[in-house]
Amino acid sequence: MTDAAATLVEKPRSHWRDVWLQFKTHGGALGGMFVFLALIAFVTVGPFVWAVDPTYVNPDAAKMIMTRNKPPSFEWPLGTDQLGRDMLARVMAGGQVSIAVGLVAMSIAVFLGTTVGVLAGLFKRLDGPLMRLTDLVLALPLLPLLLVMVFLFRDALARALGPETGTFVLIVSAIGATSWMQAARIVRGEVLALKEREFVLAARSIGTPPHRMILRHILPNVISPVMVAATLGIASAIITESALSFLGLGFPPDFPTWGRLLFEGVEYMQLYPQRVLWPGLAISLTVLSVNYIGDGLRDALDPRIRGR
Amino acid sequence: MLTFVIRRLLLAIPTLLLISLVIFLLVDLAPGSPMSEIPRTVPPEVRERMMQAMGANEPVVVRYLLWLRQFFLIEPAYVIDGWLGSNLAGDAQRVLSWQSRTPVFDIIGQRLPQTMMVIGTAYVLGILIALPIGIYSAYRQYSWFDQLGTFVAMVGSSVPTFFTGVLLIIVFSVNLGWFPSIYDTTLQVTDWASFKKQVMQMALPVTVLALHNATEISRYMRSSMLENLGQDYVRTARAKGMGERVVVLKHVLRNSLIPVVTVIALGIPTIFGGAIIAEQVFKVNGLGTALIGAINASDLPTVQTLTFIFAVLIVFFNLVADILYGILDPRIRYD
Amino acid sequence: MNIRTALLGTTAAATALIGLAPAALAQRATDGNVNILYFQAVSVMNPYMSSGTKDVHGASLVIEPLAGFNEKGDLIPRLVSEIPSIENGGISKDLTTITWKLTPGLVWSDGTPVTAADAVFTYEYCTNADMGCSQAARFTGIKTVEAVDPQTIKITFTAPKPNPFNAFVGAASPVLQKAQFAACTGAAAQACTEQNTRPIGTGPFTVTDFKVNDVVQLAANPNYRDPAKPAFATVTLKGGGDARASARAVLETGEFDYAWNTQINPEFQAQMAAGGKGELISAFSNNVERIELNLTDPSPDLPEGERSTIKNPHPILSDVRVRKALSMAIDRKLLVEVGYGAAGRPTCNVIPAPAIYASPNTDCLVQDVEGAKALLDQAGWTDSNGDGIRDKDGKKLSLLFQTSVNAVRQDFQALVKGWWSQIGVEAELKAIEPSVFFGGDPGTPDTYQRFYAEAQLDTLDYDGTDPESYLAQYVCGNIPGPGNGWRGTNINRLCDPRYEELLTQLSKTSDMNERAKIVISMNNMLTKDGYVSIPLVDRARLSAKAKTLGGVVLNAWDSELWNVSDWYRIK
Repeated sequence: MTDAAATLVEKPRSHWRDVWLQFKTHGGALGGMFVFLALIAFVTVGPFVWAVDPTYVNPDAAKMIMTRNKPPSFEWPLGTDQLGRDMLARVMAGGQVSIAVGLVAMSIAVFLGTTVGVLAGLFKRLDGPLMRLTDLVLALPLLPLLLVMVFLFRDALARALGPETGTFVLIVSAIGATSWMQAARIVRGEVLALKEREFVLAARSIGTPPHRMILRHILPNVISPVMVAATLGIASAIITESALSFLGLGFPPDFPTWGRLLFEGVEYMQLYPQRVLWPGLAISLTVLSVNYIGDGLRDALDPRIRGR
Repeated sequence: MLTFVIRRLLLAIPTLLLISLVIFLLVDLAPGSPMSEIPRTVPPEVRERMMQAMGANEPVVVRYLLWLRQFFLIEPAYVIDGWLGSNLAGDAQRVLSWQSRTPVFDIIGQRLPQTMMVIGTAYVLGILIALPIGIYSAYRQYSWFDQLGTFVAMVGSSVPTFFTGVLLIIVFSVNLGWFPSIYDTTLQVTDWASFKKQVMQMALPVTVLALHNATEISRYMRSSMLENLGQDYVRTARAKGMGERVVVLKHVLRNSLIPVVTVIALGIPTIFGGAIIAEQVFKVNGLGTALIGAINASDLPTVQTLTFIFAVLIVFFNLVADILYGILDPRIRYD
Repeated sequence: MNIRTALLGTTAAATALIGLAPAALAQRATDGNVNILYFQAVSVMNPYMSSGTKDVHGASLVIEPLAGFNEKGDLIPRLVSEIPSIENGGISKDLTTITWKLTPGLVWSDGTPVTAADAVFTYEYCTNADMGCSQAARFTGIKTVEAVDPQTIKITFTAPKPNPFNAFVGAASPVLQKAQFAACTGAAAQACTEQNTRPIGTGPFTVTDFKVNDVVQLAANPNYRDPAKPAFATVTLKGGGDARASARAVLETGEFDYAWNTQINPEFQAQMAAGGKGELISAFSNNVERIELNLTDPSPDLPEGERSTIKNPHPILSDVRVRKALSMAIDRKLLVEVGYGAAGRPTCNVIPAPAIYASPNTDCLVQDVEGAKALLDQAGWTDSNGDGIRDKDGKKLSLLFQTSVNAVRQDFQALVKGWWSQIGVEAELKAIEPSVFFGGDPGTPDTYQRFYAEAQLDTLDYDGTDPESYLAQYVCGNIPGPGNGWRGTNINRLCDPRYEELLTQLSKTSDMNERAKIVISMNNMLTKDGYVSIPLVDRARLSAKAKTLGGVVLNAWDSELWNVSDWYRIK
């Protein structure tokens, strides 16, 4: 009985505190968290420490020529590009947008995908229409779709939210709205199998309302494919953003996002490998850190693992 | 199950018609004109005439109905004529590309071989690499193998094919000179030497694409396996004294395949859609470059036809995936 | 022929053409295959169906015009024995007719004779209104094309034509075989896939296999008029990729012998040429990269239908002093160094060539930031609030500067933005997808014709050597606007009666020196006097050839493959 007594006097443990305790023990997750926060600090606080204009081109021709394509040095920690612009400043400025676009667009896509997937999997009546909608969006050619979206909404959004916020909102919604389908199909497949499992049947038999069913029983069990979709989604959102600005649909051409820096760098890869190294490294680090955070989070959320 | 399949197939017809209409309107609404690749020195009146001759000036409804007629009546008639030597199609005009005035199905015929060869091989190879990696990574979670796999997969998903493709060309074509950087679509495999040549020219594009595909599938495989390895039935199976191999490869794997089947089923139509960037980097000139070229030139008949076939494949393979769910997990029912 | 003369002949050839000796001695189809790479693939082998450069060049291997241009921009005969002129009676004194005489004994690749009827047919084929001929503009102003006899083609114009070398001159206007295309007239032309992809021609090669937008395979024409040519037995004309990749395939990996339009920046030019497998070749013509200024107001505050129309003159750019200052602030030499290297040179003219038409206008070559500042001060634009941007009457000197998506153009945008900010002019940059920007879709606001910006960077060249049709663009009637569905090529919206007077004068003048004088003053009205356009760089065609490929002469006035019959393998 002493065991039971000890359990009784122990302070009631909150669910999220448990999750955090488990998360803390996951080395990869902590490392990922640290790297991710460092990256955020790098792109937000960095520009105040290293106050160089990322789009500054030296107007003096002779000086401009002298400062082109410099390797990393004390003056330019990451070197310069083909117009003598400071790469460190460009990577920092680009990171703000790229990380934001990556996270927000990914969240939109995952949210849309999970919602559609869960609803289609759980409710037979919604399954047909929602999945045919998914087929439709999957079949649409991406490029004309994006062009049309931008063409229809650009001016309205720019007027309502100002040019910069307008562009940002447009880009993340365009990417989000065109990349949720895979997540939806995967989640639906999982839900179809889950809903025949004993614990769901049990929950249903005691009259659990649908919203609680979804939140308590279904969602925690589809978390792992959703996490995979999320981590893979960040990188593709960052790259898609650059594709958009290459189509002239995104940010102004002299605005350095990571995707654009990488794309421009590929051209110079043979002569100046550092040009692809920095943006490639930045994107990879972001994705890797998010992946490890996701891994840790999933383990921490899983009561079976947490118990061990 | 049979009634389900029949019902879905019947339902697919209105769905596909709706999809075709949406695609048509979308491409028509998109900015750009079939005249965009005509030099600017060509005067506006001439451009107008050219548009007229193509039929690009007709109202959108007329063009859509014409396309439907050409796609569903005339093209099949041509195929039957080809088989039986009959003359059902007569002089009726086939679906003609605005860009090249060539029947779109002829273009597809010219491009299908290299697309299947390169993109198809890469896809199959990608799956073959991904499944064992995913399974073993999950089975030995957080081992050095898993960590390495995670690292490679994440870096692989962060660097796009336009980067890896050019990197491989610089290393293996320019510096080492091992593989060609340009795919020769006229090569006929007739003997050992030409077969070797074919393998050489496929090496780089297939590597790039297979790695790209493997990244994604292996991640889904791993996560799904992890999920299932923790389930009670695994403990039960082990407790019953089943061999580890049977537990993992028969019970866990089968239950873990649902998301993987979804991803693969979504991926197969993209083989037909081609891989735009990789095709461009290696000059494979498959269906992906045909589609993007047609989109850039606002070549509506080509875009419409290619996208529609793509849509048919998507609908079909998603149906296949649904059937496979039922086989993998007999509890899933649709009736 | 006895042995003595034969020997004499060979020695003469050998001494006269030392460099070309292997070619002169070569026989037809002995040098194997030549690999040519066009990063834009060939869609159709008939220039009347598509006037895309790649299609015109591809077709020039097979079908030929009566006359073409050489690398200097001079006319050279192709299917005729001599170029008609007033002196030899080929052109009538009143400039209303031109008479071409076909070379006797000329045959098509299928062995049938080439006759004047083929040319007449080609004219009728292209001028048929239902056909949608992309070269129809070449046949405007023609009353009749007649076959006087099987060897003689007579073209009669509706009015005196100072420059009659438009129809059947240059690769874009070849002669088609009547027998092959007879069933392809009018609306039927569109569906003639076989004819459009495998035309029968008189050129050095014939099509053996055609894969749309991918690869064309050709073999030597057994009936080519010069029995010793072409030296190559087969040609592979592959498409796909981009400029950098095609330069790489010739210069670094050596997979291809010739690559078209390898427009890469100077650093890569040097680095790739160091590969040692090939070399870059360049030739100048009349292709000028320029900043176009909008003389009308593109402000989004105006109601739709009034933006960028002559109803509203531009509040800033209507002042020529501002336009001049914008030009003075630019360092053109640096632009060339950054973007083009050997493939470009700074210019102040929109008509840089041929030499007689080029204005001696070099003032802009030296950047003058101080002068530009003084000019803006004089125009009343001062920085009254100290934010670094000039203003006047509460309006900021701020411009939207747009162009198509292109690496060099984005570099130019960034550089120009920097210089303009030096003189207190703010520039907002915008880049647009080329297929949208140049697409001319009247429903799209982002086209170059709509010009919803103050300045745009683009290039424009013209066919042939005569600039009249090019200069004729800048007339009031040619201004794009909602009234004409945004068609028209006078994108600067210039509307100047003095200019149009000169144009009328030009169309009536046939004396070359007089014409040149008028062209130069019109060029100056657009540039150094009016600053409607700000010319930046005279761009060359830049292509790459392998070291083992001989006989290549790059020609910027006609098809780049104009002399492919002279190409040979250096052994």
